[in-house]
Parts: sequence; structure tokens; C-alpha cells
Amino acid sequence: MITVRNLHKTFNNKIHVLKGIDYTVKQGEKIVVVGPSGSGKSTFLRCLKLLEVPTEGEIWFDGRLITDPRTNINEIRTHMGMVFQQFNLFPHLTILQNITLAPVEMKLMDKTEAKERAMQLLERVGLTDKAQAYPAQLSGGQKQRIAIVRALAMNPKVMLFDEPTSALDPEMVGEVLAVMKELADSGMTMVVVTHEMGFAREIATKVLFMDEGMILEEAPPTEFFGNPKNERLKEFLAKVL
Amino acid sequence: MNFSVLWDKIYYNFIYEDRYMMLVKGLGNTLLITLGSILLGIIIGLFLALFKISAENNKKFKILGILSNIYITVIRGTPVILQLMIIYYAIFVSAKDPIPVAIVAFGVNSGAYIAEIFRAGIQSIDKGQMEAARSLGLNFRTSMQLVVLPQAFKNILPALGNEFITLLKETSVATVIAVPELLRGAVNIRNITYEPYITYIAAALIYLVIVVLFTKLQGLLERRLSQSDHR
Repeated sequence: MITVRNLHKTFNNKIHVLKGIDYTVKQGEKIVVVGPSGSGKSTFLRCLKLLEVPTEGEIWFDGRLITDPRTNINEIRTHMGMVFQQFNLFPHLTILQNITLAPVEMKLMDKTEAKERAMQLLERVGLTDKAQAYPAQLSGGQKQRIAIVRALAMNPKVMLFDEPTSALDPEMVGEVLAVMKELADSGMTMVVVTHEMGFAREIATKVLFMDEGMILEEAPPTEFFGNPKNERLKEFLAKVL
Repeated sequence: MNFSVLWDKIYYNFIYEDRYMMLVKGLGNTLLITLGSILLGIIIGLFLALFKISAENNKKFKILGILSNIYITVIRGTPVILQLMIIYYAIFVSAKDPIPVAIVAFGVNSGAYIAEIFRAGIQSIDKGQMEAARSLGLNFRTSMQLVVLPQAFKNILPALGNEFITLLKETSVATVIAVPELLRGAVNIRNITYEPYITYIAAALIYLVIVVLFTKLQGLLERRLSQSDHR
């Protein structure tokens, strides 16, 4: 579904963040990316939908080369949902408007359809009563659940999560992870950058370890946590577990 | 001076021969020029700000960014009275009606100031907002229109109100090219009655009242727009 070949990213011609990533995400997989901060995990994730433009390399999505400047990136982006660490809800719009804005603007649905779809999704995360509220009236956990709903409203083929629980108070992490788990069970293809090792263990089909701009290990969670091979991964796991 | 003397003066300066109409007509033109030029200024300012911001993010817009900077530097670096006279006597030489000329001159002038207000407003919005909008597939323009600018507008409303008030009073400068605005109305009455105190104070009071009314209006608008801030 997503194929990455020899991906490099350099910031300001100096800081070499990604040093040649090759990876393929298949339909239905749940890839969890872990690694120390500054390892390039977030940049890798952001490159997948061209929020960062790669310095070198190719990214293919559903058989289309998205790193080609002639590709309509806006159209591609509608198929890839993204959830950010800082939620990034639109504070001047109600929850319902936050969710329906893009599907209507991108002409995927008309207003009534988008509204129905939004209410269905809100029901799924238990927040129907917040439809008319503004983001400032919600807790962090609620905001992130809405951000997930907003991305899902586009009916994406894959969902990308960039440290979705890192900005939350500890007691709100659970509610967001629960929504992500349910999403994983529904068969959604997911790429998740996170520090939640428990989540990785439980949900991932594959766990990737990144450090210094490279993927140093990839394995199913039992092997990844039970029998790590890379030295730096062993060190990393010793620190975080 | 007792009240009957004051009343006589008021009667002679403003009521006799309907002289107050000169102030009323002047006020009308002052408001027309202010509204026209603030609208023109907002359009010019918005484009200049977008050019400058685009130039920072994309090399393709470098020239537009440089041109915007030159515009802002020249306009902010010269007195508005000179700009007005240059536009009136050198550019619109054959203009019969000085009011449109004044609108253009003050619009061009305030555009430079409003550009900086807009730029600060747009840059005050967290980058994540643009990113989230783009990530949902919206293009740069739609993201600006529906996500960034509405939030930026709310943040810059006090500064924009300030610019409006400044502009309202600054339009009195247009009296030098004989625009029949509020100050010119007062001057015209004085030229008939030879009473500078009462005529100028009347004009000053009218400016003051308009500014106070406008400030109230702005407060109402700000309260309305802050609806989404309530927790």
C-alpha cells in the first residue's frame, strides 16, 4: 500500500534526519515505530503524506508515485488520515464543523451526508453530546478522540498517528488508546509513532526501531520485545521498559 | 460668557442659514473616505502580507516578497500628506472629484500598515493549524481562507480598529486638496463667521463622538468573535 525507497531528508542542507529508509506497509498492517527522540520517526511519518518533502527517494501510495511533483498531493492526502501530537483542532469551529469541513470542501460528501457520517463517528467514540461544543471546552483526551474522528470522516485507506498520546495527561491516555485499538480491530491500516510500548505489544503486527535516521530493527512484537537483536535497541528497551 | 451669548454663537455659526449642513456633509464624506480607504487598505494589506509570507516559504514568490517590502518601506517612510499631494497633483491630474483620489491615497497608505498587521496576525496562528488543514487535503488557499485567516482576523481586530480610528482622523489631512470632508466643513463655516473656536471645537467633538461609537461597536464584535474561547 505504501512503499518507501531510499528515503532521505535533510533540513537546511545540514541536519541529516533520514538516512535512507526502505519499507513497505501492506494493507491491514499495524506498524508501530519506536525510537529515541530525534531519531527521525516523526519526520518519517510526515514524509509519508508529504508534510515534509523528501530530499531524496521515492514514496509510492496505491501504485502512485507521490514524490512526483505532478501527482495531485491534495487528493492523495484525503486517503491518508493523520493525527497529531498537539491535536490541531480548529478552535474557531464547532466539533461538528471541524469534522465536516474537509469532506464537504473536498467534495467527498454533501453537507447532510457529512453531518450524518460525523454523528455516526462521534457515536463510536462516545462524544455525540459535544457536536456543538468548541475545542476549548474539551479535555485533551476528548480533543484527540475528535481529531481521530476528523481524520476518519474522510474515509481514509490508512491512518498515521504522530505520538498521539504524548501531549495528554496520564489519565487520558487510556481513552485515546482504546479508540485506536478499536480502529485497529476494525481492520484499518495504521502507522503509529509512539512511546506506548504496551500499545505496540498488543496491537502492532510489526514494530520498527529507528535511530539516527535509519530503521535498525523490524520484527513482530513478541520477537521485538522478547528477543531484540540490535545492540542499540537492547539499550533503548532497557531504558523504557 | 453666559449661556445666552453661547446660544447666540451656536445659532449664528451652525443654525443660521443651515450652516450645520456643511458639517453634516463633511462628516458624510469623512466616513465615506474612511470606509473606502480601509476596505482598499485591507485588500492591499492582505495581498502584501500573503506575498511576504509566501516568499518566506516558497522561492517562486521571492520577487513578490521583495516588491511588497519596497511598497511597505516607501509608504511607511514618507508622510501621508505628501503621498496625497503627489497622487492628486501628479497622478490624477485631471480628476474633477477629489473624493475618489483621497480614497485611493489613504487606501494605498493604510495598506502598508495593514499588511504588517495581517502578517503578524497570520504568523500568530500555530503552524499546526495550516498543517492539519493541508493534511486533510485542502489546498493552501482554502486552508488560509477557512482555517488560518478567520483565526488571524480575530487576533488582529484590536490593531485593525486602531488603524480605522487613526485613518478616520487622518482623513482631515485631505482638506489640503480641498476635499469637502469634516474639517473642511468647519473651515468653511469659520471663513463665513470668523469664529475659529466654536467651529473647530464642534468638529473636534464630532470626531470624538464617532471614535467613541466605533470603539463600542468594535467591543461588541470582539465579544461576538470570542464565542469559541469560552470554556
